Amino acid sequence: MKIIVCVKQVPDSAATMSVEGGKVSWGDAPLVINPWDEYAVEAALRITEEHGGDVVALSLGDENAKEAIKHALAMGCAEAHLVNDPALAGSDSQAVARVLAAAVEKLGDADLVVFGKQAIDSDTGTTAAMVARLLGWPALTLVSAIDEVADDHIKVDRAMEEGRQKVEASLPAVLSIVKDYGEPRYPSFMGIRKASRAEVPELTSADLGIDPPEAVVSWPEVMEPPARDISNEIIEGGSPEEIAAKLADKIMEEKVL
Amino acid sequence: MANKIWAFVDQFQGQAVPASWEVVFAGRKLADQMGSGLTVLVIGSGVEALAQTAIEYGADEVLLADDPTLADYRADAYAGVVAKAAGDGQPDALLFPTTTRGREMAGMAAIDLNSGVLVDVTEINLEGDQLTAIRPVYAGKLLSKVVCHAKPQIITLRQRAFDKPEADAGRSGTVTKIEAVMAEDEIKTKVVGYEKAEAGVSLTDAGVIVSGGRGTSNRDLDVPADITDDTEIEIWKAQQGFKLIGGLANALGGAVGASRAAVDAGYIPYSHQVGQTGKVVSPDLYIACGISGAIQHLAGMRSSKVIVAINKDPDAPIFKYARFGVVGDLYDIVPALTEAMKERLDG
Repeated sequence: MKIIVCVKQVPDSAATMSVEGGKVSWGDAPLVINPWDEYAVEAALRITEEHGGDVVALSLGDENAKEAIKHALAMGCAEAHLVNDPALAGSDSQAVARVLAAAVEKLGDADLVVFGKQAIDSDTGTTAAMVARLLGWPALTLVSAIDEVADDHIKVDRAMEEGRQKVEASLPAVLSIVKDYGEPRYPSFMGIRKASRAEVPELTSADLGIDPPEAVVSWPEVMEPPARDISNEIIEGGSPEEIAAKLADKIMEEKVL
Repeated sequence: MANKIWAFVDQFQGQAVPASWEVVFAGRKLADQMGSGLTVLVIGSGVEALAQTAIEYGADEVLLADDPTLADYRADAYAGVVAKAAGDGQPDALLFPTTTRGREMAGMAAIDLNSGVLVDVTEINLEGDQLTAIRPVYAGKLLSKVVCHAKPQIITLRQRAFDKPEADAGRSGTVTKIEAVMAEDEIKTKVVGYEKAEAGVSLTDAGVIVSGGRGTSNRDLDVPADITDDTEIEIWKAQQGFKLIGGLANALGGAVGASRAAVDAGYIPYSHQVGQTGKVVSPDLYIACGISGAIQHLAGMRSSKVIVAINKDPDAPIFKYARFGVVGDLYDIVPALTEAMKERLDG
């Protein structure tokens, strides 16, 4: 079984974000593998541990993406590829999906393509569905458990708003994985050593046999959210009952119930 | 003339997700601004009743795909219907709610219709004849203005960010039946079962959320003698705290949330997590109990209308974001607040 897992590099979730000179800044916070993608790598590794095969990490980005790729390799991916092409800077989500789908076809013979639920920078969460549509493969998003993997089909649980949906789909297929799946492993010492020595082949759009897809979405302005006009009020009193009574009156006065 | 604005109704087992009507209602207002009509897509099996409701919320025309193959939501089957109808109708904009199905449909429609998608927007503006939108990025730590330069402009609307929809039973509109585009044997997925979510209000729909953090385990309690393991003792204690939090949530008709710290410590399942790697919520009232206010939690709840913080530590960052704060132990304050709220709401 060959599984391609797509990973992205993002600013750490603890970063304080700001806008400086019209550009997004994350200060001196580190760039890390998108936390959701760690679950995707974990799921891919567990499937191959049980059913045999290899996991291939795939990323689209510049030099910065290498840390995410190294993390995926250190967790246990067999190889990694980076699509690095200046002509792809400014790609929107559909352009990214088109490039990733072309890369999946170029790498060839994948049974599964696995994504994290969404990237914590752009928060779009549509890439898995778009790639599935481009490849003509079933999209199984928000997978919380994998119940069965066979040569020609897979059975999973999806975490939908209404509960868990059990779905069976033909292979090849595209999955996205949510946190309920299970904690991602920490890279082992040997894994980290192997990752630091690994060669990561780079691909351009030309290598994939495509023209760089045109972005149709632009983001002309990024802003810090308006400061909330909050007057803080600490409620005090001689007993919990007294405090609760005062607080309850204040909440009622806000007329939000 | 064809309608410029289209909206998609997300339904599960014949019941529309409430956010669907927010989208229809927002679509109605946009259509009015553009001097055009509103077309609404209703897809499912046995969903004819939803067509009438869509008209009451603002549809001029409903395109109804009602077919046994569409009984369970399956992305390929649904996306085929959306793409065919929108390909024929050529709308300027195609609106979805930001639900699981809405996100998938929007993404797939962008591919099929050679356009782009603006996901989870909180505001839509008409500038000349171009729509622009505002969407939170980095879990709301920043906002981005976004524009889709191709047509249809595909947009998903964040739940509870747009006006509360108002139905008008006197409105009229047309219902046109459209066909499913895939036969059962062409559809590559099969839904083999459902397990209902635990009863309770869903976090993203909730008007009130009461959340707990690490502070739920921070209390001297008489632990049952058969629990001896330190981790188990901590989790047992936390669960007593979450019972109190659940009691308050119940009294307010709200949902129970949690911080990442509480979820990672095993106090409560992940489905309750609020924050950058959990759910991003914006209820009318958010009560944070024993939550210090890590930046990734704040990112997930800072757009709540009224925030109340209850924490033993007067220096907890959460207080800076709270309209009302109580420096105290949630074990003392939450039960008292539950009683006080019940008196005021039942009276």
